[in-house]
Amino acid sequence: MTPLAVARIEVAVRPELSDARGAGVQKTIQSFLGIDARRVRTRDVYRITGGLTPAEAEKVRAELTDPVLQVSALGTLEGDRFDFAIAVGFKPGVTDPVGKSAKVAVEDTLGRKLGDAGAVYTSTLHLVDGVDRAGAERIALELLANPVIQTARIQSFDEWRGSPPDLSVPVVAGHDTPPVARVDLSGSDAELEQLSRHKLLALSLAEMRAIRDHFRTQAASAARRALGLGPEPTDVELECLAQTWSEHCKHKIFNATVTYREGDAAPERIDSVFKAYVRGTTEAVERAVVAREGKSWLVSVFHDNAGVVEHDEQHHLVYKVETHNSPSALDPYGGAITGIVGVNRDPFGTGLGAELASNVWGYCFASPFHAGPLPKGLLHPRRIRDGVHQGVIDGGNQSGLPYGRGWEVFDSRFLGKPLVFCGTVGVLPVTVTGRPGHEKAALPGDAIVMVGGRIGADGIHGATFSSAALDENAPIQAVQIGDPITQKRMFDFLVEARDRGLYRAITDNGAGGLSSSVGEMAEKPGGALLELDLAPLKYAGLAPWEILLSEAQERMTLAVAPEHVGPLLALAARREVEATVIGSFTRDGFLHVRYRGETVGLLDMAFLHGGDPDLDLSAHWVPPAFDEPATPPPSDLGATLTEMVGRLNLCSNEGKARHYDHEVKGLTVIKPFVGVRADVPAEASVFLVRHGSRSGYVLSEGVNPFYSDIDCFAMAQAVVDEAVRRQVAAGARLDRIALLDNFCWPDPVAGADNPDGEYKMAQLVRACRGLSQAAVAYGAPLISGKDSMKNDSRMGGVKISVPPTLLVSAIGRIDDVNAAVTLEPKEAGEVVYLLGETRDETGGSEYFRLLGERDGLTAELGRAAPYVGNKVPRLDIAATLPRYRALEGAIAAGLVRAVAVPAKGGLALALARMAMAARLGLELDLAAAPDLAGLALDVALFSESVGRFVVSVAARDSAAFEARLRGTGSWALGRVVAAPRLTVRRGASLVFDIPIDALSASFQRTLGGAS
Amino acid sequence: MRPLEQKLRQFDALPTPEKDRLRRDVRVLVLTGLGLNCEAETEAAFRLCGARPERVHLLDLLEGTARHRLGDYPVLAFIGGFAFGDHLGAGFVFANKIRYRLYDQLLEFIERGGLSLGVCNGFQTMTRLGLLPGLDGDYRTPRATLAPNDRPGYRDAWVRLGFDAASPCLWTRGLAAMDLPARHGEGKFLASEATLGRLREQHQIVARYLGTDGAPTQAWPQNPNGSPDAIAGICDPSGRLFGLMPHPDAFLYPFHHPDWARRRALGSVPERGDGLAIFQNGVDAAAAALG
Repeated sequence: MTPLAVARIEVAVRPELSDARGAGVQKTIQSFLGIDARRVRTRDVYRITGGLTPAEAEKVRAELTDPVLQVSALGTLEGDRFDFAIAVGFKPGVTDPVGKSAKVAVEDTLGRKLGDAGAVYTSTLHLVDGVDRAGAERIALELLANPVIQTARIQSFDEWRGSPPDLSVPVVAGHDTPPVARVDLSGSDAELEQLSRHKLLALSLAEMRAIRDHFRTQAASAARRALGLGPEPTDVELECLAQTWSEHCKHKIFNATVTYREGDAAPERIDSVFKAYVRGTTEAVERAVVAREGKSWLVSVFHDNAGVVEHDEQHHLVYKVETHNSPSALDPYGGAITGIVGVNRDPFGTGLGAELASNVWGYCFASPFHAGPLPKGLLHPRRIRDGVHQGVIDGGNQSGLPYGRGWEVFDSRFLGKPLVFCGTVGVLPVTVTGRPGHEKAALPGDAIVMVGGRIGADGIHGATFSSAALDENAPIQAVQIGDPITQKRMFDFLVEARDRGLYRAITDNGAGGLSSSVGEMAEKPGGALLELDLAPLKYAGLAPWEILLSEAQERMTLAVAPEHVGPLLALAARREVEATVIGSFTRDGFLHVRYRGETVGLLDMAFLHGGDPDLDLSAHWVPPAFDEPATPPPSDLGATLTEMVGRLNLCSNEGKARHYDHEVKGLTVIKPFVGVRADVPAEASVFLVRHGSRSGYVLSEGVNPFYSDIDCFAMAQAVVDEAVRRQVAAGARLDRIALLDNFCWPDPVAGADNPDGEYKMAQLVRACRGLSQAAVAYGAPLISGKDSMKNDSRMGGVKISVPPTLLVSAIGRIDDVNAAVTLEPKEAGEVVYLLGETRDETGGSEYFRLLGERDGLTAELGRAAPYVGNKVPRLDIAATLPRYRALEGAIAAGLVRAVAVPAKGGLALALARMAMAARLGLELDLAAAPDLAGLALDVALFSESVGRFVVSVAARDSAAFEARLRGTGSWALGRVVAAPRLTVRRGASLVFDIPIDALSASFQRTLGGAS
Repeated sequence: MRPLEQKLRQFDALPTPEKDRLRRDVRVLVLTGLGLNCEAETEAAFRLCGARPERVHLLDLLEGTARHRLGDYPVLAFIGGFAFGDHLGAGFVFANKIRYRLYDQLLEFIERGGLSLGVCNGFQTMTRLGLLPGLDGDYRTPRATLAPNDRPGYRDAWVRLGFDAASPCLWTRGLAAMDLPARHGEGKFLASEATLGRLREQHQIVARYLGTDGAPTQAWPQNPNGSPDAIAGICDPSGRLFGLMPHPDAFLYPFHHPDWARRRALGSVPERGDGLAIFQNGVDAAAAALG
């Protein structure tokens, strides 16, 4: 029988059964686009190349069909009439994980390999009723297909029936490998700048000059001539330097020399805010720890892919949080799934490789209900939110990782670029085959082995792209799509290889691809020889520099001793994971790159890693002044609280969050949602480190970009305090809390198109100082971090910058998870205490924004929402630290039933969350706390003063509890009662008395419909 | 009385140390790899019940590079996860590999009286293979499927399960009800009316989702997927093969339960997580059969 060029199989749900996917699409068309599509049915389409015979195609069709659920046909399926068919497939070269799995099924069914020539290409067919062509086009482009990665083909029923089955496959057009170019840098400054822009290098003039000057030196030229290279850099070399020196990889702003002025005061010079406030903080904390305990519990910080701290005699803990903002703006699903599976590789690439334990996620979006204008080129924030969630849901679930923390912050200034934070905790064996698990070093002579996926044009220029503002010229190759299953299989293999001692060093291929991973690993041995033509490619035609820089996902790079190459490759073959030797480490001081036997790059390691010129930046701080609300407080504070719990920034996001697994691995103790109905977010999450142990780790965070509008120093202190407070609330040890800092900033480098750059740089300096002072005072080291410094969008000619956002993530130790504390009171009769002083600190509060909306005020695009106010919460560590120690002791003594952390929304929100979680009432009197008694009622309820807890204590333990907390500021506000009402008085007057059901309904409603 | 029931009675009457000794002989094959991910908790569960779990990569079993053959184990666990990403349908590609490359060993395992538990992705795989419901001794023909949930998408939330006391299922002997997390996007059990009728008749519908009133329910979220007759798990006619959507491997310790903190404060926390009872039943049945 003649083989088929392409075998096409269509699979649909049996007509008599409901098509849940189609029904879901129909619902979204209605709610999202307002188009009244009557019905949507879906079909999966597989196009198979590789020369199947008709009989083989029929066998495959039968195997790909679930006879109970589905019908299928070769070619096209007959079926009912519809108005329009929308076929959504991938563009050439885009990762198609389903196609990859389908290929395995085809090969198993046929009992033969299809080889490189055979592949399965998947697409989805949506058959829509009740729409016209214009409607179908909107559905295709605004909902179903993202033109960045997908194609959509729209046909009416008659067109569909009149045309033959679509057998086209998105094969990357084969072309010859482009030759290596030599780049002439002899031009003027203007020409150098133009070259940097044109090639998307994101190099400054000073950097371009430094490269030019380096290549002019005699030493460089002599070594080069011997290998047949010219005096000018090749495109391989220039691209490699650009990505190694990118803001993304080099943190130039954090390492710049900064001249900082406050108002008219004399300027100060700061030699790198990173050294002064990040590394300096950790060193100060470590000195204090060593002075107190005789040794440090920090294992590895600042030089590996993630920070490492001690946990117990068997395991260290590894933690890293990353952002993936720009790709998520262009392709929310692909960008976000790449974000989560990408950060997974950081703990795995730390030391000899940590097994992954849990994920965290947090997003800053514009409102999904945004109804105002949308600059051209930007995706609607609801589409971004849905896509980002689904990406991280799929990435986390398919990797078999539970999530511990998930939060969302909404502000209109995230319309231009969303912030997508993804983090991963790993557990690293203290010892791996007799070696310390946190150490690694490639030796000269070790083989360079690339493991995992193949290389394509995916994500080329990702590192340089994320180091620039988002505009219409953003490269479409910058979007990669992570494939969690390929990565999971790679990790499973690597754990086996690690435990058999088959490699000496490991790191991940993320931003910058091989140029980054090999470039970094080569620092220890002192050089590397890379043979680019050995690297396996997804398709032919990639230029050597593209192979070097590709950010194709699911790849790790190993250093393998010569005697272990054989066993490692054999194990990889057994696990059906691709592993390829692509070069070796050397000691000659060069990153030497060859392609088909010819040298295409020879970079001096010292220049590559240290040749970039220092940056000088100016920062000028002038405190802003905002209007205070000129509006009287609401008369009904109960109604106001009910409204507050439903506000976008305070309400439940459970509808989305439940789609993420939170308990796979069986180690989750305090889950992301707690309470008798498990419907209120936990203050912190608690995990066991492994089965058979009782000690665990606690995850929490603080983030509050709203305070940045008033003062980033106060903002940073508040978020450190919130992260630490949440730790204490859950029962973590205060002396074992480690922090991660993730800065997402608007561009702070002043220039013609960035006139207020000096102010934003001053905000960065102040944030760093606040972070540092608070972290040192709490004894919490900064073990890892990341900065993303160009979060500005110029799409559609409108500049929208994110507010300065610092996420502080905390990981703490709990000695016995059985002692962990949750936020819901446990029974009627418990005594409710407020710990910590409440002040008039309503600046940047959620309450002020509520008042602004009530007064009908809106911000122009890119501005803070009114009212902002000025009295931002300030941290007083002299008062908070003794309180935290006292509460830690009370929890350790078993005296505490529940702890809530007042943060956004203030005391009132903390009380509401406790009551909603417990389904029990609270009867409280604000007059019991003198500072509450002295404030305006609305301020007392909604001020966001930091350093506070609400604690519930069994009546029989109240005296012992009070004794422990004496002198740290604590007041008994009242009792837990059985009647499910939140009743608050101040002295004789009733402030409000509201049913818990009303609170819960409001808490669930806002995002319930948007899930 | 069937011979295994007799052996179980004898086992139940043994003193604990003797039971523990027999349990130690129960080797459990925990099938791993290719995107599955519940190996750690499944292994912990069987170990806590006194058995000897061993993780074996499916590819090693297929290629004969594993130390033992499938037939050497009395118990086989199909664990949860996302084999091949659940692409093409949950359990699909994984089951296909087994069908074409391991089926003979699997049927031999069943004929020899092996016990098998499939949880979530494992249940989907067993169903896709035709191991369940296994009517009339036919373990090859798929007669049921686990279709996408009525409300699309994966969801992780605890549900309450009720067990059929008249079921032949060896894994749920003596159990009435328990809370477990449902964590899936494809858990709606579909089969023809004729098949469903026979499953009811033979008490093969082992576990059902219960509503707040304690009766089987079709209402979301108590029934997370819209399964007809609230079906959460079924067994084969022998009761040795059992598949279940919710995860007993996720309730090994008291603190796994979402309401644990309150129960602890009020002094009503049991020593073990409820889910372990399912594993204990399986291990004890295997130990009794060996003994």
